[in-house]
This record gives sequence, C-alpha cells and structure tokens, in this order.
Amino acid sequence: MSEPSSPRIVIVGAGPAGIRAAATLVEAGLHPVVIDEGHRAGGQIYRRPPAGFVRTPQQLYGSEADKALALHLLFDRMADEGRLTYCARSSVIAVHEGRLHVLGEGGAEVVFYDRLILATGASDRVAPIPGWQNAGVFSLGAAQIALKAQGVALGRRIVLIGSGPLLTLVGTQLLKAGADVAAVLDTSSWRQQMRGFWGLAARPIVALPGLTLRARLGRRYHAGVTPERIDADGQGVTGMRWRDAGGRERVTPCDMIGIGWHLRAETHLTDLAGCAFTYDELWRQWLPKADEMGRARNGIYLAGDGARLLGADGAEIAGRVAAAACLADLGRPVPSVGADLRRLARLERFARGLAQAFPWPGAMVRALPDDTIVCRCENVTAGAVREGTTLGGGEANRVKSLSRVGMGRCQGRYCQLAAVELVAAQAGCRPEDVGRFRGQAPVRPAPSGAFLREG
Amino acid sequence: MMTAGRIVRLAERDREEVQFLLDGEMRNALDGDTVLTAMLASGHALRSSEFGPEPRAGFCLMGACQDCWVWQDEGPRLRACTTLVVEGMRLRTTPPENWP
Repeated sequence: MSEPSSPRIVIVGAGPAGIRAAATLVEAGLHPVVIDEGHRAGGQIYRRPPAGFVRTPQQLYGSEADKALALHLLFDRMADEGRLTYCARSSVIAVHEGRLHVLGEGGAEVVFYDRLILATGASDRVAPIPGWQNAGVFSLGAAQIALKAQGVALGRRIVLIGSGPLLTLVGTQLLKAGADVAAVLDTSSWRQQMRGFWGLAARPIVALPGLTLRARLGRRYHAGVTPERIDADGQGVTGMRWRDAGGRERVTPCDMIGIGWHLRAETHLTDLAGCAFTYDELWRQWLPKADEMGRARNGIYLAGDGARLLGADGAEIAGRVAAAACLADLGRPVPSVGADLRRLARLERFARGLAQAFPWPGAMVRALPDDTIVCRCENVTAGAVREGTTLGGGEANRVKSLSRVGMGRCQGRYCQLAAVELVAAQAGCRPEDVGRFRGQAPVRPAPSGAFLREG
Repeated sequence: MMTAGRIVRLAERDREEVQFLLDGEMRNALDGDTVLTAMLASGHALRSSEFGPEPRAGFCLMGACQDCWVWQDEGPRLRACTTLVVEGMRLRTTPPENWP
C-alpha cells in the first residue's frame, strides 16, 4: 500500500477515461487519487450492478463485455494493491485553486491537488416535449441504467423517442430483456441519417451493428417523427402523441417514455476550474477547449465525454493520453501516444458523422408552445423564457435570473440547451451568441448538515 | 405484492428480501435495490413536484437531474437513484408533518 504521490494527482470520475488515466499514472509509478460518484468503478456505460447480482458481463454489456470486464479488473487490481486511492460514492462539488470540495459518505472534506484530470463523462442531451414533467418520463440513459444496474424496466409499456445511437441500443436491450417496447421514434429522417453515414462509414465495423440492431426493432422503429405531446393522468404518463414522417397523427398508449438526443458533456467542474469553452456547431453545445492531449489550462487535463463526445472507446484512449500529457508536464518519461492520437482523430470523424446523422432537434424546440415546461426542476415554461428574453435581452444569464430557468436543482443540465435555443429564437440571434449559464458551486445539492462541525 | 408499481422486474429476482416503510406502510424490496427501484416497485411516484400538480418518479437515474430526492420520517432527504434501500428505512412521498 502506497500513499498518494507527490505531486498529488487527482482524477475525477472512474469511467473508461478515468480508469485508463489512473492506469497510465500507476504504470509510471505514481499514486493517483480517484474520486467517483459510483458505488463501484466503471462509469455509466460500463456500470456495475450492486454486489449479489448474478448476470454475466456478456448479459450486461453484450458485444462490449470484454472491454467492460478488462476495465473493471484493471481498476479493482490497482485499488486492491493500494496503487491508487479510490473514493467511491463521493461528489466533487467545487473546485478552487488546487482544492476540491468533496461530499462523501462521511460529510464534506477538502482534497488538495497539484494536477487535476477531469473525466466527468456525459449525460443524455434532452429536449422538452409538452408533458415531459410527468412521472414516467425518463432519459434514455435512465432506461439503460435501470436495466443494467437493477434488472428492471421503468414501465410496463415503453415508448422511446429522440435520436442517436442510444435510442436503438436501449430499444433492443429492453426487447431482449423481455420488456414491452411499443415504439422507438427517431426524430431524425432517413435522409438525414444517410447524410451522416459518410462519417459513420469511417468506422464501418461500428456502423453496421447499429443497422443490425435497428432491424431487430422491426416495425416498432419509425424515422423522421415529430413529437406532439405526452398524455398523462394523475398517476403519470398514459400515452405519446406524435406525427409520423408522412405527417399523420399517431397516439401510442404507454406508461413510460424514454427521451434523449445523443449526449451532453458534463462540464460544471471544468467551468469552475476556469477552463475556456467554445460553441460546437455540430454538437450544438459548449465544449471545453483543450489541446489534442487534453490539456485545458495549467495543471488541468480533460478526458472522455466530458471534453469530446467520442463514446467509451474514445474515452479510454483520451484517458491514457491526458495522463501522458500530465506525465510530460511533470518531466517524467512518457508512453508513446502517436497511435492513440491517430485513433482519436478517426473516432472524431466517426462521432461527427453521428452528430450529423442524429441532430439536436432545434426547430422542434423553437416551436414549443408557450405552456411547455422547459425546466423540470421548477416548472419554468417556454413562455417564461421568451418573456425573460423580451424583458432582458438575448443573454443566457440574464434570462436565467429573470425566469429562473437553469436555477433549479439540476443547475441547467437538462434545460440549458433548450432554453438557449428559445432565447436565441426570441432575440433573433444564434444560440452561440446567447452564451451559456455560468456554473455555480456546489455543482450537486449539498445538505447543510454535511458542513456542520461539532464544537 | 412486489410488482404493483411502475417498475417491472425483468432479471435478478433471486435476492434477499428487504422490508421498509413507505408512507407508514410496510413494503418489500430486494437487497441491492436503489431506493428509487424499491419505491417504484410498489408505487407510482417518489414525491410530488413543489412547482406543479404532477407527481415525480425520477428522470436520469445517474445522480445528475436531482428529480428523485425523497423524504424520510426522521427528516433528511436522500437521492433515491444513488442510495441503496436498507432494511427498516422509513421513506415518504410527502414531507414530514413537523418539517418547518
């Protein structure tokens, strides 16, 4: 068992990026501290069920089982041998000048760092649909986590709507597990998907299984749909109203709806750490600036979907590369990264193809009726966001203070992109001109009891 | 009845039973269930919205959206999707009456 090395390197997140970053540092003889919200290392895509669950990695992760297993074993071995310090079930809630404020099982504490690797991952990029505040509406990622980590379906009759690789994947996983999937509704048209396919073809081995999965959904799958409204009664969701590609109105009775349009990088800590951001036209979101190795600013490195939305394979590589950058900056011998950088470039082309094939539904958001709830935390409506823009102008943070959009407990994670789209439309400018909500600490709700000390 | 709620168990059904109180009534869950799974296995909601008429049942299941904070009889709330259910927990879908 060794102690955290000096200089002290802290990694936030133990998904594919965080695990590979840790392994690279451990191989170089350093002892990193890994802070992770999970009960066990793995992240979301390779999330592990609690102890006592019996499904095999094959059943849990399908074609990715070997990758998941390799990461889990690697991390557990490093932790068991005491070559890193693992803080599970711990949230970093603030970053300031070499200090992380961490909320764990034992309350709040301060963790110091000399170098910080942020591998914070991503969550579903969601857009509001009228009625989405009702019980029974979940993110696509939630449907997958429920199945993987708990062995459950979140409803008896399920509709999935949105766009992106996860839409098809979650649909087929639920079907295979025995859930009743009534419809899988893709807001991207076939034509749009073909346009992006040129990018996907850069990685045909991945693109082809995607189409095979799609075939398994059969007539449940519809491309080019427009969501209309989610019906609900006092208990929750009762149906999904949508228009098919031909404009025909359809209603699918259901008690669970999973929504999501690809991914949104998790960047709150990156923001608090003082990193710069740039609006990515294709991903329709702000992403942190970093060099190709993941260096964002002095002593801060970014890896994985929190920085570049390349998926799990890309995250593993980016984790290795960011750790190599850290080693280089410490003047230590650096493993060769040339091949990894070429792989990242290839994955980037593929990811940009995906982004084009499964786009953010900007037009749908701009057309939302005034009474649609945009912020699920505080039920702030599209009308209130538009009114805030009329009163205060087209700047994100001003509209935030006027309408409270983005001020709820999720801190804008699930409303910011839609809100900005609405503000831009109302102000007659582009979403990138509206700016982004400033990150605020604590980035997770922090019970005041955690900060009380017995005197 | 364990499957009267929103959630349908598809796998991993062979686990130890755990008992907890939901709004004062004894309910069953399985060891390894999150509080969210446990509550939605026998009910349809976790809480009501403070800002609208609709009940809420969680949204992201990865600790990011904060939709699933539920009350306990003794006061402090917990995040249902990231907390495992424990024998004897006393959970509520509404705030305790003596809460300020």
